[in-house]
Amino acid sequence: MLSRTADHLFWMSRYTERAENTARMLHVNVATSLLPQSDHAAQAAWDGLLSISELKAQYDAQYGELNPAKVMQFMVSDESNPSSIASCLRAARENARAVRGALTTESWETQNQTWLELSRMLKAREHEKDPGKFYDWVKMRSHLSRGVTIGTMLRDEAFHFVRLGTFVERGDNTARLLDVRFHALEKAAASDASARSGNDYYHWAALLRSVSAFEIYRKVYRDVIRPERVAELLILRPDMPRSLISSLNGMVSNVQRVANSQSSETQRLLGKLQADLAYARIDEILSTGLHAYLTQFLDRINDLAARISRDFLVPVDVR
Amino acid sequence: MGFDEMYKRWSGKADPSDLRAHYQAYDQWLRQQPAETLKGMREEAEVIFRRVGITFAVYGDKDEDGTGTERLIPFDLLPRIIPHQEWTFLQAGLAQRVTALNRFIHDVYHDQDILKAGVIPRDQVVNNAQFRPEMVGVDVPRGIYSHIAGIDIVRAAQANGSGEYYVLEDNLRVPSGVSYMLENRKMTMRLSPELFNLHRVAPVDHYPDMLLETLRSMAPQGVENPTVVVLTPGMYNSAYFEHAFLAQQMGVELVEGQDLFVRDNYLYMRTTQGAQRVDVIYRRVDDDFLDPLVFRSDSSLGCAGLMNAYRSGHVCICNGVGTGVADDKSIYPYVPKMIEFYLGEKPILSNVPTYMGRDAEDLKYILAHLPELVVKEVHGAGGYGMLVGPAATKAEVEAFRHALLANPGNYIAQPTLSLSTCPTFVDSGLAPRHIDLRPFVLSGEKVQMVAGGLTRVALKEGSLVVNSSQGGGTKDTWVLEN
Repeated sequence: MLSRTADHLFWMSRYTERAENTARMLHVNVATSLLPQSDHAAQAAWDGLLSISELKAQYDAQYGELNPAKVMQFMVSDESNPSSIASCLRAARENARAVRGALTTESWETQNQTWLELSRMLKAREHEKDPGKFYDWVKMRSHLSRGVTIGTMLRDEAFHFVRLGTFVERGDNTARLLDVRFHALEKAAASDASARSGNDYYHWAALLRSVSAFEIYRKVYRDVIRPERVAELLILRPDMPRSLISSLNGMVSNVQRVANSQSSETQRLLGKLQADLAYARIDEILSTGLHAYLTQFLDRINDLAARISRDFLVPVDVR
Repeated sequence: MGFDEMYKRWSGKADPSDLRAHYQAYDQWLRQQPAETLKGMREEAEVIFRRVGITFAVYGDKDEDGTGTERLIPFDLLPRIIPHQEWTFLQAGLAQRVTALNRFIHDVYHDQDILKAGVIPRDQVVNNAQFRPEMVGVDVPRGIYSHIAGIDIVRAAQANGSGEYYVLEDNLRVPSGVSYMLENRKMTMRLSPELFNLHRVAPVDHYPDMLLETLRSMAPQGVENPTVVVLTPGMYNSAYFEHAFLAQQMGVELVEGQDLFVRDNYLYMRTTQGAQRVDVIYRRVDDDFLDPLVFRSDSSLGCAGLMNAYRSGHVCICNGVGTGVADDKSIYPYVPKMIEFYLGEKPILSNVPTYMGRDAEDLKYILAHLPELVVKEVHGAGGYGMLVGPAATKAEVEAFRHALLANPGNYIAQPTLSLSTCPTFVDSGLAPRHIDLRPFVLSGEKVQMVAGGLTRVALKEGSLVVNSSQGGGTKDTWVLEN
C-alpha cells in the first residue's frame, strides 16, 4: 500500500487512542478529587496530569493558575493544545478523511460521526455540565472505532498499520499514567502520614479503574490492593490488555505482518524490548526505581515509533 | 408555457388529473405520507449525508462556529422519473455522440481528416487553447480518449407542449457528480424502500464495477492484471469525496502526485514495500497539472515524467490528455456534423441552436438579440462568465455587449431554453424548479452507461443555473424498466 496511506492510518488510530487516554486520565482525576484529601494533594493530581503529557509549560503560559475547570478546558476543548480531546479527534478524522478509500465505509462513518457529534457536544458545553458522562462517551467512541475496524476490515497491511498505531500510543500512555500516579502517591505518602492508611486504597483503585483494570486485578490476585501488584499488572501481565507488555506484543505481531527489506533493525529492537518485559520481575524493577524504569521505557518505545515511521511511512527513495 | 416532468400542466397547485402516467404511482404514495414524515425524511437525509461525508469544500468559507468549510449539496426527495422509451432514445443518442467525439479526438491528433474535408475550420481546432500539440501522433489504447464522459442534457418545451431533449454541453475532461447519482439512490432506498416495490427502477449501483471494467480494458499491451489508481489533487479539492468514494468502491489506491514517480518511462507509486508499477491512472486532475515537465511547471499535483510514460504507451491516462479540444463550446456546434462525418448517421440527439461570435453573420444576430439570448464564454464552466439575457438588467446586457465586441471569438450564444421543471420541496411546499440531467457514458471495450445519471435542480425560483456552486441541488433519477 502507499506509504502516505499507511502513515494516515497509523496516525488515525494513534490519535483516537490518545483521545481515549486523555479522557481516562481526566476521569480518574475527577473521581479522586471527590475523595477527602489535602489541597496540596489535589493540586498535585492536576499538576501531574499536565506533566504526564508534557504540557505543563504551555498550560502555565496560557492559563496561569492551576484549577480543575481550567485544566479540563485545556485538555478537552482547547484546540491550541495538540493533545486535547478535540485536537485528537479532529486529527483522527482528518487522517481518516485523507484515506477514506482505504477504510471500510463503517469505519470511516464511525470516525466522521464521532467528530460531528463532538462538535455538537462542545458547542452545547456538555463536557462542562457532566464531565464524567462526556469522558465515558469519548471512551465508548474509541471502543466503537476499534471494534468497527476489527469487525469490518480486511486483514491486510492497512489493518496492521491501524493496529500498530493503537499499540504504540497505548504503550506510551500507560507508561505515562503509571509514572505520574506512582510519583504522586509516593509524594503524598511522604508528606501526609495519614494518607498512608485508608485513602491509599482509593487512589490505587482509581488508577486501576482508569485503565479498566480494577476488576481484572481482583480476578488475577484475589487479594487486597498492593502497589507492587498494581505495577506488575500494568507492566508485566500479558493477559492485561492495556499493560506495557500487551502493547509490545501487539506492536511485534503487527510489524511482523508488514515487514519490508529495511525493517529488520526495528524488528530486532522491538523483540529486545518485548523480551526485556517478558523476563522481568516486578521486585527488580521496583528496586531500581519505577520512575527510572518507565522513563527508559518511554525513550525506547518512542525510538521504535520513529523507526516505524522511517521504515514504512516516509516514502522510500527508490531512485 | 414550460414543460413539467410530473404534471401535464401546473396551474399553481398539484392536481392529480394533470399527472403524467409515469408519476401516478409515485403521486399516490406521496399523498399517503404525512407532512411530518416527509419533514423527518429530509432531516434524516441531511444527517446521513453529513455522516457519510458527502460534502464539498468551499474555499475561504467558514461555518457559523468557524470550524469547517464543508457544505452539503441539498438533496431533494422527489425523484426525477424518466419513462423507459425516453431513456432508450437517450441511451442510443449518447452512445452515438460519445463514439463520434472519441473518433474526432483521435482524428485531430492523427490524420485530421475532418479538417482536410473542411467540415470544421482548421484554425478553430489547432489554435484552440485546449488543443495539445504534445498529443499529435500519440497512439492511445483502442483509440479512446474520453473514457468517462458526462453529457449535460436539458429538456425544453416545444410550441406543441411536448418536451424535447437537447445536449447542452459535452464534458470530456474530468466530469464529476457520479457519486451523487449513487448516493442519492442509496438515500431514496433507505428513506422509502417501499417505493421500489411500487416501481421497477433500473439499478445504478454497479457503476463502479463498470468503471473498473472500462479502466482495466485500457491496460497497456501485455499487462494481464493491470494496477489501476485514482489520482486526486487531495482532500481539499471540492470533489475529494467522489475521488475517495470511487477508489474505495473499485478497491484501488487513491493516490496524490507526491505518491508517484517515473523511472525509465514507467510510472510507479511509493508503497510500504517499495515501488509498485501503475498501469492505468484514472486522473481527476486537469491536463495543465499532470506533468510539470510538460505543462504547468509549478504544479505539484501531477508527476514529473508522466507524459513521457504515457507517450511510450507504458501507462494509460483516463481521460486522455487533450480531450478538451472536443468539449470546448466553440467546437460544440460542429458535433452533429462530426456524427455524420465519422459514423455516416443522422444525429439522434439535437444540439441547442448556437450562434458563434467568431462568425460575422452570427455576431450581428447576437448583438441584435442580446436580451433574449444566453451568451457564454467559450472556455467558461460552472455557470460563471455567462449572460442570461431575459434575467439580466439593462446594464448587465450592455456590459456584456462591450465584452462581446472586444473579443467576439470568445463567445457563443444560444436561445434561452425554457428548461423543463420537476416539482421540488421548498419552504412553501412543492413547487416546480428547473432541472438538467448528466448521464455518465463509459467508453472502453464497449460504450456503456448505467440508466439515468445525475439530475441537478436550480433551487431558486425561476433560476436556470443548476450548478452546486450557485445554489443548485440534486435529485435521485429513476429510469423505469418495462
